[in-house]
Amino acid sequence: MILALAGNQNSGKTTLFNQLTGSNQRVGNFPGVTVDVKEGIYRADKSIKIVDLPGIYSLSPYSSEEILTRDFLINKHPDGIINIIDGTSLERGLYLSMQLLLLNIPMVIAINMMDEVYANGIVIKTDVLSEFLKVPIIPISANKNEGTTDLMQAITGLVSNRCSPPKQDFCSGAVHRTLHATAHILEDHAQRANVPASFAAVKIIEGDEPMMKDLALGKNEKDMIEHGIVEMENELVLDRMAAIADMRYQYIEDICKKAVVRPKVDKHHAKTIKIDNILTHKILGIPIFLSIMFFIFWLTFGVIGSFLSDLLSGAIDALAIIVSKGLTSFGINPVVESLVIDGVFAGVGSVLSFVPTIIVLFFLLSLLEDSGYMARVAFIMDKLLRKIGLSGKSIVPMLIGFGCTVPAIMATRTLTSDRDKKMTVFLTPFMSCSAKLPIYAVFAMAFFTQYRALVMIAMYLIGILLAVVAALISKKFVFKGNPIPFVMELPNYRLPTVKNTMLLLWEKTKDFITRAFTIIFIASIVIWFLNKFDIRFNVVQDSQDSILAVIGSLIAPVFTPLGFGNWMASTALITGFMAKEAVVSTFAVLLSTGMENMSVPLATVFSPVSAFSFLLFTLLYTPCVAAVAAVKRELGTKSMFVVVLLQTGLAYTIALVFYQLAMFLG
Amino acid sequence: MTLDKLGIGKYGRIIAVRGHGRLRHRLLDMGLTPRVIIHMQRKAPMGDPVSIYLRGYELTLRLEDASMIEIEEVSI
Repeated sequence: MILALAGNQNSGKTTLFNQLTGSNQRVGNFPGVTVDVKEGIYRADKSIKIVDLPGIYSLSPYSSEEILTRDFLINKHPDGIINIIDGTSLERGLYLSMQLLLLNIPMVIAINMMDEVYANGIVIKTDVLSEFLKVPIIPISANKNEGTTDLMQAITGLVSNRCSPPKQDFCSGAVHRTLHATAHILEDHAQRANVPASFAAVKIIEGDEPMMKDLALGKNEKDMIEHGIVEMENELVLDRMAAIADMRYQYIEDICKKAVVRPKVDKHHAKTIKIDNILTHKILGIPIFLSIMFFIFWLTFGVIGSFLSDLLSGAIDALAIIVSKGLTSFGINPVVESLVIDGVFAGVGSVLSFVPTIIVLFFLLSLLEDSGYMARVAFIMDKLLRKIGLSGKSIVPMLIGFGCTVPAIMATRTLTSDRDKKMTVFLTPFMSCSAKLPIYAVFAMAFFTQYRALVMIAMYLIGILLAVVAALISKKFVFKGNPIPFVMELPNYRLPTVKNTMLLLWEKTKDFITRAFTIIFIASIVIWFLNKFDIRFNVVQDSQDSILAVIGSLIAPVFTPLGFGNWMASTALITGFMAKEAVVSTFAVLLSTGMENMSVPLATVFSPVSAFSFLLFTLLYTPCVAAVAAVKRELGTKSMFVVVLLQTGLAYTIALVFYQLAMFLG
Repeated sequence: MTLDKLGIGKYGRIIAVRGHGRLRHRLLDMGLTPRVIIHMQRKAPMGDPVSIYLRGYELTLRLEDASMIEIEEVSI
């Protein structure tokens, strides 16, 4: 049994999804535009699959999320729909329900955030609503896991009995007549296209082009329908789009009058207003945002993160020494010992020690997202971003990009215009992802000990600055296009729940650790092997004679004008394409050293100037494989190559200019 | 008058939503339909966009788009 979760953005769909599926969740892979449809198994009954669809407000064909949800519901024929609505903004939620009800799929409506609804003094008579809409209405609090069992019982009962919502009229008068007439005319076509006629009729009246194409109506039929619509427009003195929206909201208002009692004052919103009076303050709003970002990075690098990382890298190095001694006293072959210590421990360990820092960064960014502040950032930054050709919404993927480019690129899906989406995808790699953090940290420590904080901040700022310049240039020459509407909900502030935050952190930790033990592990062994043997597979005394040195030396001359034309740097850059953490782990393996003592051997490979040039290059060059794959999923193969080539070209140019200038100026 | 001219803290009732295509559909979908009452909340620090309260939730939109929405000021 496949159940689809559908609802507005921010209605608590993912919270419900996590409650229902527990830790079983994984990311499903559907053919087509996107992979963002999550699917999981219901934990109380393994035969039930639950699909979490992207949040939408309507089944119109404008944003990629809407199209995705629509296609899924119409073409994949889930057995049932769980329509989740935020009880505090019921009317807007029901607007989507009225479209879902026409799909002829068994459905229940879950009214979520009932705890907030009670706290706010709102009364929702679910039995009355249910009588009107003729589907079960279940009050739930997804974050507290209340009502979810009732919900699942209701929907599975309906599905087993194949009980779709009964056909009903939400309207009367002109709209009603036109709907009926239209449905009648297109009935055969709808059947052939496998869409319910009443749903097709509403969409056709709204002027929905994809639906028009799917139905393949003849000229005669089109004319007849058009004639009916024009008559309706004349009678109502409203155009078709407004007439349908008005009809829906009219019906919702009518039933809400009977089923909902709202207090005079919206308490939760009143609290939100108070917070916003400070956070989106006329003068203080932007400085507060910048301070928050600064605070996040300061906490990540300066206080918690580096403390935990130092602790962990100390522990790993200590463990390596113990293991090394153990292996030696056991008389293990020195080559094998080298594999364990110089390969695995150095490589995997160098990455593992950064996990705490990366997790702290993710934790703080997730607080911004879950509390509702991210939407305010979009609100206060919209005008500035418009100056560089973007909209406020683009800031969300970019901030996420400081964590990891992959989810950031996936988050661009919320951008409704292709132009904005494309531009945001191109700019996101300029935001230094957390996996680059180890590179900055290690190099700053080794070469700029005194100014290491400054160097690290400079990396982030240079990235942002270049993004702005790139945006301005592309606005002028590439992405001309029209500005898009910026219409976005500003949700009430909420305290992020401990459970959800923990779940997210667990996912991220697992992700990084898994990568450390897969990609980094294998890369470390391969690097160690290539570094340990010469082309005749003899153990080398000096790694200058190794296979890796031979290969690396072939590429190295390319980087000579940049100041780091040595084979170690070229190797690190290549492995860095697999995962950015690998840059550091590669150096750890090649210099056969733990994290703690990397500074000294590193100084034999770079000078401070070439080190900075190398940092500039790693800041800007092609994103890692996973991010490149994400770009391909979002924008296609051509854009993917453009991103890789542009970033690498830019990295080369900037590092070249810097190094040559620095050399020239002495 | 149009929505972009509505003062902070003032109320307005929608008469018509102008414009066309995607933007208009979006505005209608978000509940900006004729007769609905809107409460102007605040302007962003740089004067644009604005945020409004309607149908139990807060929505932000740009002045340029708000100028597509014809309203009459009402007192509540």
